[in-house]
Amino acid sequence: MRAVREALAGFRRTPLLCALSIGAVGLSLVILGLFGLVAHNVGGAIGDVERRMEVVGYLLDDVGPEQVRDARRELEALPAVESVRYVSKNEALERARRDLVEFSDVFGELRVNPLPASFHLRLREGFRTPETVSETAGTLAAYPFIEEARFGDEWVERLFALRSAAAAIALALGGGFALVAVLLIVTTVRMAVLARGEEIEIMQIVGAREGYIQRPFLLEGAVTGFAGGLLALGVTRLAYVVFPARFAAVESLAWLPHPWTVAGVAGAALLGLLAAAFSVHREVGRAYGPS
Amino acid sequence: MISLRDVSKAYPRAGDALRGVSFRLRKGEFAFLTGPSGAGKSTVLELIHFQTRPTEGEVQVSRYNSRRVRRRDIPALRRRVGFVFQDFKLLERLTAAENVAFALEVIGTPRREIAGRVQRLLSQVGLAARASSRPSELSGGERQRVAVARALATEPRILLADEPTGNLDPDAAGGVFELFRMLNHLGTAVLMATHDADFVRRHREIRRLELQGGRLVGDSAA
Ligand SMILES: Nc1ncnc2c1ncn2[C@@H]1O[C@H](COP(=O)(O)OP(=O)(O)OP(=O)(O)O)[C@@H](O)[C@H]1O
Ligand SMILES: [Mg+2]
Repeated sequence: MRAVREALAGFRRTPLLCALSIGAVGLSLVILGLFGLVAHNVGGAIGDVERRMEVVGYLLDDVGPEQVRDARRELEALPAVESVRYVSKNEALERARRDLVEFSDVFGELRVNPLPASFHLRLREGFRTPETVSETAGTLAAYPFIEEARFGDEWVERLFALRSAAAAIALALGGGFALVAVLLIVTTVRMAVLARGEEIEIMQIVGAREGYIQRPFLLEGAVTGFAGGLLALGVTRLAYVVFPARFAAVESLAWLPHPWTVAGVAGAALLGLLAAAFSVHREVGRAYGPS
Repeated sequence: MISLRDVSKAYPRAGDALRGVSFRLRKGEFAFLTGPSGAGKSTVLELIHFQTRPTEGEVQVSRYNSRRVRRRDIPALRRRVGFVFQDFKLLERLTAAENVAFALEVIGTPRREIAGRVQRLLSQVGLAARASSRPSELSGGERQRVAVARALATEPRILLADEPTGNLDPDAAGGVFELFRMLNHLGTAVLMATHDADFVRRHREIRRLELQGGRLVGDSAA
């Protein structure tokens, strides 16, 4: 109760600094929030592509059924491989006839089947990275009866790269502003401590516990962080509402999952608390000497 | 109750503030701590209050030892050792009663007990009538009495006073000194730093510890 009262007094004492702190916390989180919004929405699409991504190996024509069975068993045993589907020459032709109706005449007249049999490998979740994909393709291509191994187009790789780059930029920007926020909170708490220097000195002299002295300042830091987190949530929400209306191509945007928003605001409060703890420890802790 | 053993205190730039100081102060004892400016009087009191630690030697205050004390034990120690300053260190925006209540509050006294205890403490220092005056409305002697009442809030067994009469005229100084004597008769040990030579001379019955250049050069009890 006393801690709450005094934390509020702290806000009244240095309103500009407090507003700046909240703004900086907010800004750093808005950047992360917007990235999260994009990542969350694009994430679904990427996940889809990833799931459908296959590594395909085309077989030479004169491969016996035993070789196929052995190879299949070996491929299925690879840790990265989720499933192996074998498509025989006939099945390939069937499918070609069905899918390429406009060429069905051509296929119908063929004496020999020009299409190769193939293995279709799907990768387990967590292994769907460009590296594992090309590694698996390499393993496949190493079989003497595999003529050629292919995997998803280059754009998949680009999508991955793009997402990593966006994440890096968001983290760097968000982290940068988070650092600014920490410095501002450290300063705010420092000012609050200095403003109450006389009282703090008396408290220490008469034997108040350290926790009792520090609590209002820690609360002030946590509340600053929390307010910044709420601000960021509000701005991100605003962007979420305004954005689709401006871009017809985006029909519906999914809002951030609940755990993300809760973690964001709680994280901001924690950040504020830690910044305040650092500051108050430096400013108040001295009077107790070395521990 | 208090014992300093071969205590030295060096400050990074200022050099040695104390060199090899040893003495003991027993329960309920009264002693002056004298010496010229810069002799190390305040440093001795700060060491006993654990506001600083010795560079060498050790300070023992009841069961607390400067070598072994844990940071979280220091508040408890300070509640047993009251401290009074030359400049009173009262909060100007609070009344006399509120200044005393502040100390009670920050050490966790139950709210309903505070008013009664404030009144008793102010009566003890003879200031019951000025409870609702602010420091700016009180004389120097009265302010120091408020500060003493605040120092007594934690019911300390020891009272440290750093030039408590330094800012007071002789009359007020005498009054505050008599207050210390009275508290001492009630069982509180008192260690009072002063460079008022006159004052000390008039009370030869009181033990005198004399510092000079950081060394203990005289102890009337030795
Ligand atoms: N915090 C400090 N940092 C550096 N030097 C200090 C500090 N406190 C005291 N000193 C030095 O230690 C020596 C003793 O100082 P101290 O305050 O104990 O003297 P004193 O006897 O109380 O003097 P006075 O009568 O003027 O109050 C002085 O030389 C002083 O400059
Ligand atoms: Mg001094």
